Amino acid sequence: MNVVTPFEGIGASVRRKEDLRFLSGRGQYTDDINRPGQTYAAILRSPHAHARIVSIDTAAAAAMPGVVAVFTGADMPDLGGIPCGWQIHNKDGTPMAEPMHPVLAVGKARFVGDAIAAVIAETRSQAKDAAEAIEVEYEVLPAVATMEAALAPGASRVHDDVAGNVCYDWHIGDKAVNEAAFAKAPKVVEFELVNNRLVPNAMEPRAAIGDYDPTTEDYTLYTTSQNPHVIRLLMGAFVLHLPEHKLRVVAPDVGGGFGSKIFHYAEEAIVTWAAGRVKRPVKWTAERTESFMTDAHGRDHVTKARLAMDADGKFLALHVQTLANMGAYLSTFATSVPTYLYATLLAGVYTTPTVYAEVKAVFTNTVPVDAYRGAGRPEATFLLERLVDVAAAETGMDRIEIRRRNFIPNDAFPYQTPVALQYDSGDYTATLDQALKTADWAGFEARRAEAKARGRLRGIGISTYIEACGIAPSAVVGSLGARAGLYEVGTIRVHPTGSVTVLTGTHSHGQGHETTLAQLVTDRLGVPLSQVDIVHGDTAKIPFGMGTYGSRSLAVGGSAMVKAMDKIVAKARRIAAHLMEASVEDVEFDRGTFRVAGTDKTKSWGEIALTAYVPHNYPIEELEPGLDETAFYDPKNFTYPGGCHICEVEIEPETGITTVVNFTAVDDVGRVINPMIVEGQVQGGVAQGIGQALLESCVYDSEGQLVSASFMDYQMPRANDLPPVSVATHTTLCTHNPLGVKGCGEVGAIGSPPAVINAVVDALKDYGVRHIEMPATAAKVWGIINASRPAMAAE
Amino acid sequence: MYDFEYHKPGSLADAVKLLSADPDSKPISGGQTLLPALKHRLNKPTSVIDLSGIAELKGVRREGDKLVIGALAKHVEVATSPEVKAAIPALAQMASTIGDTQVRNRGTIGGSVANNDPAADYPSAVLGLNATIVTDKRRIAADDFFQGMFTTALEPGELLVAIEFPVPEKAGYAKMRNPASRYVMAGAFVAKTGGGVRVAINGAGPGVFRQAEMEKALAANWSPDAVAGVKQSADGLNSDIHGSAEYRAHLVTVMAKRAVAAAG
Ligand SMILES: Cc1cc2nc3c(=O)[nH]c(=O)nc-3n(C[C@H](O)[C@H](O)[C@H](O)COP(=O)(O)OP(=O)(O)OC[C@H]3O[C@@H](n4cnc5c(N)ncnc54)[C@H](O)[C@@H]3O)c2cc1C
Repeated sequence: MNVVTPFEGIGASVRRKEDLRFLSGRGQYTDDINRPGQTYAAILRSPHAHARIVSIDTAAAAAMPGVVAVFTGADMPDLGGIPCGWQIHNKDGTPMAEPMHPVLAVGKARFVGDAIAAVIAETRSQAKDAAEAIEVEYEVLPAVATMEAALAPGASRVHDDVAGNVCYDWHIGDKAVNEAAFAKAPKVVEFELVNNRLVPNAMEPRAAIGDYDPTTEDYTLYTTSQNPHVIRLLMGAFVLHLPEHKLRVVAPDVGGGFGSKIFHYAEEAIVTWAAGRVKRPVKWTAERTESFMTDAHGRDHVTKARLAMDADGKFLALHVQTLANMGAYLSTFATSVPTYLYATLLAGVYTTPTVYAEVKAVFTNTVPVDAYRGAGRPEATFLLERLVDVAAAETGMDRIEIRRRNFIPNDAFPYQTPVALQYDSGDYTATLDQALKTADWAGFEARRAEAKARGRLRGIGISTYIEACGIAPSAVVGSLGARAGLYEVGTIRVHPTGSVTVLTGTHSHGQGHETTLAQLVTDRLGVPLSQVDIVHGDTAKIPFGMGTYGSRSLAVGGSAMVKAMDKIVAKARRIAAHLMEASVEDVEFDRGTFRVAGTDKTKSWGEIALTAYVPHNYPIEELEPGLDETAFYDPKNFTYPGGCHICEVEIEPETGITTVVNFTAVDDVGRVINPMIVEGQVQGGVAQGIGQALLESCVYDSEGQLVSASFMDYQMPRANDLPPVSVATHTTLCTHNPLGVKGCGEVGAIGSPPAVINAVVDALKDYGVRHIEMPATAAKVWGIINASRPAMAAE
Repeated sequence: MYDFEYHKPGSLADAVKLLSADPDSKPISGGQTLLPALKHRLNKPTSVIDLSGIAELKGVRREGDKLVIGALAKHVEVATSPEVKAAIPALAQMASTIGDTQVRNRGTIGGSVANNDPAADYPSAVLGLNATIVTDKRRIAADDFFQGMFTTALEPGELLVAIEFPVPEKAGYAKMRNPASRYVMAGAFVAKTGGGVRVAINGAGPGVFRQAEMEKALAANWSPDAVAGVKQSADGLNSDIHGSAEYRAHLVTVMAKRAVAAAG
């Protein structure tokens, strides 16, 4: 019988296997899990940004109905601090300041929301009632809510042992070469900008359940994590001192992370430790306000830059000085974001021969800041792509022409940048040309004129970006201070009837891995998609992998799967050779069929799988039974997606409201496994980028109170804030991983913000606007228009 | 949420009795404002009196030159009621823009007006149309009812029963939404009735207020241009992370102009 199956392999836009579960409400998120005898934790949080804890009286709380236990920092003298995973060194070679981050505050509260005490009770309400009954005497200290305040002479110290509130003062690039280039440069453009602080706002709030079995002394943590093995290692080895075999971490379905669920949070340690103390499961689920206050925030840079150019607009040198907010404590990867994920990208897609960047990381009395979709690369891209536009404006050059003139040409790959990275492939002209065409850049002035006739200011903006993802070669990141390896692992478990279970160290929290990774198996082994399942998220099931962030799942995790499939195919060919009495070299394998080359002798995938597990006729002396292989893959380089985003906006001058009317993305994400999923990932990223550019702003007041602490004050993008986004890809293959893939999870959020702001600035060009800080809210845009009105009228 | 007792009286008289028996009780209508406050533990009533079973508070009807809307009328009812659409289309249109579908299917006009959130929609219609608030005890003119941020003439335990709107010759409403909450950042309700022209401004200040200069300008010349030149003073207007008082003052004029245009 000849069954025609639809193509489900690499390149097919198959529907997401996981969606039926999610859309029909059958997902199992952490808060959906309930353990027998479960108790509930409520965390008492500091209302002050900075205060000495004079005393904590828990007696009244402990006596409240339903209360099982009340814990403070004093109850945890043996616990370690929450660790930071990346050590940065100062310009002078000394290590960064790395102050203790206790699980529950000890001595001082350092931001609004800092965990002071934990109440464990029979119900959530009882826990909350008792938390309110805890009496804390605070001595309020002056808070440093901004980096400016933190760096001011005599500023109050966030950590008593960190002078000047500086975590590190780091640099990259050759300063002398850079200065020499500036000294000779005919033209220098100077520019300052802010990268606004964002709240990640995953749809699912963080949650954690600690479980303890007193008979085996085994602990289990269910948590909203992007990387359960990383949490097990960080929490087990550094905080709770539990060996791996006694600690299982499960990250079940997770409703969005965007980076904020990479990090090890205090609540995970609290519920796990408390479960051991009260000998019952302990559950904590963040309320939305807690999410705003305690999820690690993103971005928050203040930057000064200088760009040197020659008379033809060729970039000669770039000098960047950035202040990066760390918040009150170092979150897991906080220190790497403004250094190796930011400054290393400052060459962009340009041939700038020298780049020198200085980054000062600053403690403030705010929640920790860490990786958020794009992590460092959106900050680099925003700076560069705004700077290039400003340079064009100030030299009278065309915005496209100045970019073309400075692009790294196609024949220059592999291209060594002056800031450590070596780009393997790309075609920036191709993505630019395709985007210009799709967006009808050439026809824009007619649209501007038409809009003007309607009383609207129309502008167009472009960004040609690159990013580095697929993190990362372990030896390289190790030499740069990472305290972890960044390989990935995959197990291909072929069952006796030929169906396949994949165990992956990556974690899917919205990206669609259960589909995309399965497509790799279908493509290579010829097993129908319905016969492939992806298992992830449980340290008791999966081998040690590093999880999902930095668009690494396919490039690194997928590559590990390919290596494991290579082993499977090699072994399966030996079994097939035995069955067909041929030599292994003569056995060909193509999607499910083994054939003796040049003959019609074949064996099917199912026959080989069955033989592997029922080895009656089997080369048992030379080959073990079974078809189950694991491979670890350590990437040789980062991957470098890039592309071009073009945004068109219209501004209503009377109100200042900016509407995005068109958005075009042409991205090079390497080989595309599932075009539909890539389109969705890019659209989601662009939505977040538009959110950052026009809407989202995390605001602390000068006392360190979080003003934008709910959706009443923090504007997330809504469907009607977003235009239809035209997504296309133009592929150059990654040269160093077996799939040729680069990654698509972050490109949307990286490439889009400068395209939007460049468009807003273009729309306002008659108002003498050089720059507008994100988010370009209606109030801000109107302010600019209003301020320049007299000047306009006078003209 | 703290614990409270829950009562669901079947008549206005029973509701009033329950409320007066417990000074720390609170009536609840749609719960779209009170419930979030309870969930956030910002409010701690000892008992909650659910008004939803009281027939006297329901219904929308035309009575001569008045439109009477019961306190329990949900936003969606006002938005879709043929009586409202025929008599005061601006009011139906306003109701159709409050919050989102879920909020409109639960929230009530009585709850909104009794709450008097400065960023709410209805108060500007009530003030702009010179409506009368009917309570279980008395009738209160709109001009006397709204007393600044979250404050009204209602006494403790007094229930809003219905609102009587005079049917205007023309009325129009326009608002600029707060970008995050989508409540009103600056709104204007303009109306021309037998009694003259009224302009009520919501969102921009600590409470809904009448804009006398605009009323004068429109009385002389009912046209968008007439108000376009009237500047609202920024003094006393709200200023926050979403916009300065100056921006809101500017928006007041823009919204008034649009409201007149909408009224025709
Ligand atoms: C997401 C969201 C968005 C919203 N957006 C908007 C918006 O854009 N514009 C807008 O105007 N509103 C908005 N609202 C508020 C909404 O319109 C509420 O319905 C309204 O404010 C209160 O009406 P309610 O029936 O829900 O009152 P409830 O919440 O039940 O009560 C509100 C207050 O009024 C009191 N009360 C209720 N009924 C009476 C009565 N008959 N007599 C005396 N006192 C009474 C209660 O005790 C309470 O103090 C929004 C609400 C939400 C949740």
